[in-house]
Amino acid sequence: MPEAPLLDVRGLRVRFNAQVEAVRGVDLTVERGQTHCVVGESGCGKSVSSLAVMGLLARGAKRSAAHMRFDGQDILGLSDTALQRLRGDRMAMIFQEPMTSLNPAYTIGSQMAEALTRHRKVGKQQALDRAAELLTKVGITAPGLRLAQYPHQLSGGLRQRVMIAMALMCDPELLIADEPTTALDVTVQAQILRLLRDLQAELGLAILLITHDLGVVARIAHKVSVMYAGEVVESASATDLFAAPRHPYTQGLLGCVPIPGKIKRGDPLGSIPGTVPRIADGFTGCGFRDRCAHAMPQCAVSVPQRDDGAGHRHLCHLS
Amino acid sequence: MLKFLARRALLAVLVMLTVLTISFALTRLSGDVAVAMAGPQATQQDVDTIRKAYGLDRPLTVQFVSWVADVASGDLGRSYLYHAPVGELIRSRLPVTLTLGLTGLVIALCLALPLGIVAAMNEGRVLDRGIMMVAVLGQAMPSFWLGLLLVIWLGVKWQLLPISGVETWDGYVLPGFVLAFSAVPALMRLTRGGMVDALASDYVRTARAKGLTRFSVVMKHALRNAAMPVVAVAAVQLGFMLGGSIVIESVFALNGVGYLAWESISKNDFPVVQAVVLFLATIYIALTLLADMFNAVLDPRLRIS
Ligand SMILES: Nc1ncnc2c1ncn2[C@@H]1O[C@H](COP(=O)(O)OP(=O)(O)OP(=O)(O)O)[C@@H](O)[C@H]1O
Ligand SMILES: [Mg+2]
Repeated sequence: MPEAPLLDVRGLRVRFNAQVEAVRGVDLTVERGQTHCVVGESGCGKSVSSLAVMGLLARGAKRSAAHMRFDGQDILGLSDTALQRLRGDRMAMIFQEPMTSLNPAYTIGSQMAEALTRHRKVGKQQALDRAAELLTKVGITAPGLRLAQYPHQLSGGLRQRVMIAMALMCDPELLIADEPTTALDVTVQAQILRLLRDLQAELGLAILLITHDLGVVARIAHKVSVMYAGEVVESASATDLFAAPRHPYTQGLLGCVPIPGKIKRGDPLGSIPGTVPRIADGFTGCGFRDRCAHAMPQCAVSVPQRDDGAGHRHLCHLS
Repeated sequence: MLKFLARRALLAVLVMLTVLTISFALTRLSGDVAVAMAGPQATQQDVDTIRKAYGLDRPLTVQFVSWVADVASGDLGRSYLYHAPVGELIRSRLPVTLTLGLTGLVIALCLALPLGIVAAMNEGRVLDRGIMMVAVLGQAMPSFWLGLLLVIWLGVKWQLLPISGVETWDGYVLPGFVLAFSAVPALMRLTRGGMVDALASDYVRTARAKGLTRFSVVMKHALRNAAMPVVAVAAVQLGFMLGGSIVIESVFALNGVGYLAWESISKNDFPVVQAVVLFLATIYIALTLLADMFNAVLDPRLRIS
């Protein structure tokens, strides 16, 4: 029997208000030491899903799921304190907005150190030593100097490196990275992604990487989930997905260059005419049908979940 | 940092000069000072004597320049009522007024900060609405009326606190509370607003992602950023409170600078009035300067560019 996945989420739902569900039954599985990429248009629920896993949703958001397990342990019904102990220790997260994600009032050193002192019985100095070591690891020179600096003294790329180093303070098993490079310029993007890939190889980290960049997916993903309007419409190993995309939406995304290794870094997702519909409660059928070239009458009624038995799943009448 | 403070200090000096001019002008514009000092029964001769004695017969510009020069050399003039140097009068009454002002500020902050924080943490819920409603009601209630209520109930009926004089420390409680009262709603709203923003910020999300406890997220990461505008306004409010002490000290019979001001205004002791206005303004300016410095301590972006 294969080892249980590190993160196993089934049927995740999130709603912010009575009418609209932002996430409608998402399944996500992250294996130990692997990279799972989530792609999809803006607003399809990628950030909300990942925040829901971390228990970091804004107040007022309602989260439910069939189950949500981290290392076999149920984290859905976990108390606030128990979840706090897990967060930042065994699962860590970095965000889309490096410019604002660090507290302007505290030094880099103090912010990094508290991530370790919160979870481990170590002194401040030991924590700072660990922080310096990690800053070096993420490619920051003169770590001693940086530790004494404040966020506003650092560039966006440096701040994102600091965020990554801070996430690694407790040696987490899972790192959730929500579009970690979107706000950075292109050369820096490449560096950060290379860094994440190297860190994964070195530390055996599992990464849930949310991205817009298909080039990134092609290069570092083991598994890919494609999200559309609050659902995962297709999920497969990266090789399978690029070789034989099944969902029309995925096909549209990959449109121009569906071969791994041939997609240039920074390519935008293929653009598909139309916009994401507003999915109100009581909506049935496929959310993509209005934009789909293969739409059939039954698409308005239901969508079957298809599974080829080898881990390639998609939501569509076509197989 | 030094540049920032130098700019603020320069600004303070300019404001100071303006205040000198205004407090001078106010006492001279309120009528013929010599006539007022001499009183209703005085003859023209008496008035002339007074005018000469206080140098009021000189041109206004000369009076102003000589007064500024005196002030600059630390001489605030003499009270004709007490026949004593004004500087000494103020100095002897200062402890009472400062204690009163600080008591007021501490009480105001002890009420405003926790209430603002709790309201922000419960934004939009019943608790938040309730707290904000009390704040509005509080703002609508005149503080002299509250003062009277407190005096009647706590002082007279239940005899819990003294209602006049400051022979013991608890004499400061009632007047301090009344002073604090008008400052609470503004400080509380500011705290709440700052905390609501801070709690919704990306860095607070990061703090939560690190697994920090709720206490540390709120009190360390959010409050530090929300506190900056509160500090500035608290300094201003303390200035208002010192000004407000003119009324409160007369009501509660505290012999402080405020009482001195009230007395000298009603008896036309113009050197004292001038000096007290100047003095309160100076404190006010010093407070804002202090708040700027304190903010620079709180916010590294002001300190290090
Ligand atoms: N705090 C919130 N309150 C109400 N609605 C929200 C909130 N946060 C997100 N949403 C809604 O949830 C949906 C999904 O948002 P989400 O941020 O997950 O998109 P995303 O896939 O991460 O997009 P992007 O690529 O732009 O980051 C959006 O329609 C958004 O309007
Ligand atoms: Mg997002």
